[in-house]
Amino acid sequence: TMAAAKASKEQKYDRQLRLWGDHGQEALENAHVCLINATATGTEILKNLVLPGIGAFTIVDGHTVSGEDAGNNYPFIVMFILQNRAQAATELLQELNSDVSGNFVEETPDKLLDNDPEFFHRFTIVVGVQLPESTCLRLGSVLWNASVPFLICKTYGLIGYMRLVAQEHTVIESHPDNALEDLRLDQPFEEFKNHTNSYDLDSMDKKDHSHTPWIIIVAKYLENWLSEHSGQLPKNYKEKEAFRQMIREGIRKNDSGVPEDEENFEEAIKNVNTALNLTKIPSSIENLFNSEQCNGITAQSSPFWVMLRAVKEFVHDEGRGSLPVRGTIPDMIADSQKFINLQNVYREKAMQDAAAVSKHVECLLRSVGKVCKNASFLRVVRCRSLAEEYSVDSVNKDEIASYMDNPDSEMVFYLMLRAVDRFYQQHSRYPGVYNYQVEEDINKLKVCVNSLLQEYSLSVNIKDDYIHEFCRYGAAEPHTVSAFLGGSAAQEAIKIISHQFVPFNNTFIYNAMSQTSATFQL
Amino acid sequence: MAEMDEPEKKRTKVVELTENMVVDGGSGVSCEWGGRWNHIKTFLERPGPFTHPDFEPSTESLQFLLETCKILVIGAGGLGCELLKDLALSGFRNISVVDMDTIDVSNLNRQFLFRPKDVGRPKAEVAADFINSRVPGCCVVPHFKKIQDLDETFYRQFHIIVCGLDSIVARRWMNGMLLSLLVYEDGVLDPGSIIPLIDGGTEGFKGNARVILPGMTACIDCTLELYPPQINFPMCTIASMPRLPEHCIEYVRILQWPKELPFGDGVALDGDDPEHIQWVFQRSLERAAEFSITGVTYRLTQGVVKRIIPAVASTNAVIAAACATEVFKLATSAYVPLSNYMVFNDVDGLYTYTFEAERKENCSACRQVPQDLHFHPSSKLQEVLDFLTESASLQMKSPAITATVEGKNKTLYLQSVASIEQRTRANLSKTLKELGLTDGQELAVADVTTPQTVMFRLCFTS
Repeated sequence: TMAAAKASKEQKYDRQLRLWGDHGQEALENAHVCLINATATGTEILKNLVLPGIGAFTIVDGHTVSGEDAGNNYPFIVMFILQNRAQAATELLQELNSDVSGNFVEETPDKLLDNDPEFFHRFTIVVGVQLPESTCLRLGSVLWNASVPFLICKTYGLIGYMRLVAQEHTVIESHPDNALEDLRLDQPFEEFKNHTNSYDLDSMDKKDHSHTPWIIIVAKYLENWLSEHSGQLPKNYKEKEAFRQMIREGIRKNDSGVPEDEENFEEAIKNVNTALNLTKIPSSIENLFNSEQCNGITAQSSPFWVMLRAVKEFVHDEGRGSLPVRGTIPDMIADSQKFINLQNVYREKAMQDAAAVSKHVECLLRSVGKVCKNASFLRVVRCRSLAEEYSVDSVNKDEIASYMDNPDSEMVFYLMLRAVDRFYQQHSRYPGVYNYQVEEDINKLKVCVNSLLQEYSLSVNIKDDYIHEFCRYGAAEPHTVSAFLGGSAAQEAIKIISHQFVPFNNTFIYNAMSQTSATFQL
Repeated sequence: MAEMDEPEKKRTKVVELTENMVVDGGSGVSCEWGGRWNHIKTFLERPGPFTHPDFEPSTESLQFLLETCKILVIGAGGLGCELLKDLALSGFRNISVVDMDTIDVSNLNRQFLFRPKDVGRPKAEVAADFINSRVPGCCVVPHFKKIQDLDETFYRQFHIIVCGLDSIVARRWMNGMLLSLLVYEDGVLDPGSIIPLIDGGTEGFKGNARVILPGMTACIDCTLELYPPQINFPMCTIASMPRLPEHCIEYVRILQWPKELPFGDGVALDGDDPEHIQWVFQRSLERAAEFSITGVTYRLTQGVVKRIIPAVASTNAVIAAACATEVFKLATSAYVPLSNYMVFNDVDGLYTYTFEAERKENCSACRQVPQDLHFHPSSKLQEVLDFLTESASLQMKSPAITATVEGKNKTLYLQSVASIEQRTRANLSKTLKELGLTDGQELAVADVTTPQTVMFRLCFTS
């Protein structure tokens, strides 16, 4: 039955639903991912997308399964040696999740681009694995123009490489790890003021006094402070200390003059610093408000920009310079009633603000609530195109040179991968694949390194050791490095598909020798 | 574009192929084929500028991996499944795996060696079957057991042990076991008795991988502060002042269930029983309604009762891969191993941080010297017990304390055996002096967090 199938899916996906919610899962199930090249890295990436339940995948691969493939690739592919790798991988991966539908195209991406360039337009994201530079650039340009995100992955010896190419990726729910609360104590809204006025700390009995939420306590004492300091909030350490002392003096004393154990007051004192943070719009959001997409809303604008624009209008109108109230408060010592009442004050204000934003939106979109709650955390990630990265005119020389001040920085691996691509272009093979090639290829690779540095006018020094090491690798794709990249890439793809959590921008290097990594913006 | 036939047809074909392989011993597929290990050989047979100082390129390393090297994988869950695959595809053939659990539906989103039809079967056995039938030549031996059910003789046979556990107590136990295998001659550690321990852990989008050389580098207990104790809500909040939906659920679990025993006397709350969770869910809704608290859902209820940690395939894949790379490095000396702790987080971009955790001077697990306990002779035994359980660096669960008093071995307190607990309970309210303990005397403490007794030295304060 439908209900039973739904319940069983919820059980299966329970552990991940707790991370990205039902709506995130829905986005995954509506996604169609394209994988180019079912090498070990490719199948690992796809495995980690099939397991969480993407809607569909298509593998594009013109190769047949080789003995090498069968050694480092998904278990059992050995049975398919000499058969087409796209089909083999599709069958094996399908097994992992009956909810996912798999397809394959036994063709090289270059051929597809020749015959049917619009083939790739249908995908939510394209993941390209172990692709030569020329194919990447070609595909990169097609996908850029079609606004399809492109994730390039490569395992080369003990080095993993990922490059995200996404013109404009919007994130509504970034789920920041340590966000500050949105309490508005520096500019209390009407309903909050009324609520605090309903409290008279001095006339409360002992139990009520010690179970009043710290937010109320801070608000009350802040009122006193403001009236004694011409409406100026405590600004520096000295003033905040004095303010804390003011609150401390509010702790009830017993008959012998000893202060009672009032944990809620201790909480108030502890939270003074963050409670007095000024409510302000993060500069990243101001930038979004000032962007073209926000100011030039058209019928083609995506829901994200329409909602952002509505939030901007809210800020200038009902919000009086502030974002919609988030509506959540942290847990704190208080009796149930006082806590719930206070929580409701914030919640109702948040709903009110969201309703006001809704009015600013022409078509009613389901996600308005989510945008408001996350207004401070909206993110837009813009990755430069491959063309920009590779062009002599726009190469990010500064980034490369500054990292290479340390010649052992992960940046050296990026440069080596570029050099190796160059080698492939010239010699139609990768360096050092066979033992007898290793020695002589070192010099050939060095020539490629030098020509690369020269072309981009990069005066950096690449140690010979790295050139030797990259010949030694012989373009090997060891399984454990593929698997590391497989997990990393899959999660980035999930971020792109679900618009939750923030993807990297835009080049990631993993070094399995030292178990270190770095992200560069190239 | 080739559209797949009904997925069912394809799945049946794969299953058939599996069966053929097992019955025929290969159906023409021998254990080796051309190019099989090419992706690994470059690291074993070629010299290089970044190899371990001890590394010698040779064809023998591969033979060692294939024929001799014995690896133990602890756990066949999220990390364990990935580890078994990673090791099998990296040339390791003699692998044992220990796991005491059976397969649950909620495992299937990441523990990819299991299928819906396997639900209820032991993880170790299904995992071993899968790898053995799909990676020719690989021999995984399963042990459907608790790690504590296996002894020194068992653990001693392995070259490297890699853990994919979900419990700190279990980690500490393994740590203690490997420490107990160390041989010291005249105070000098015999390096031949060291079994490297590689430990991986994940939680949502975060994870870590570490390499431990018992007796030489920081052990699990040296860095216990990295695993802060679980915070439980205060009882007064749960009992009379709930504010969050979680408080309501804990109320039902801790107070209401034992009182009402809804499924019969002696029937404990089973987080895996949907009927039990449904009962808790309904009562939690009632409790929440009393206090106008919103947010109690079935999912939240289950999460709180079972202390569920969210999990996805990707994080497990990353951490297991890092661990497997370290196993490879240690087994072949191909590269210098991770020294010694890597942290990973992909919530915002991808972030890794690698550092060298230091050995603790007075680690109760890996230092040979008894740890000092400072107490006033008029302190009660209960205070000592509290210290052992609450101290961030000890975090014991239910320590049993014995001491030699007046020449005789005396159990001061032991919680885990009911009759002894009753007999010794009165000691908790006695002072150390009353119990006949003297300054400088040794206390032997046993606990589930370690297979060996931990020695402490009592130092009286004035």
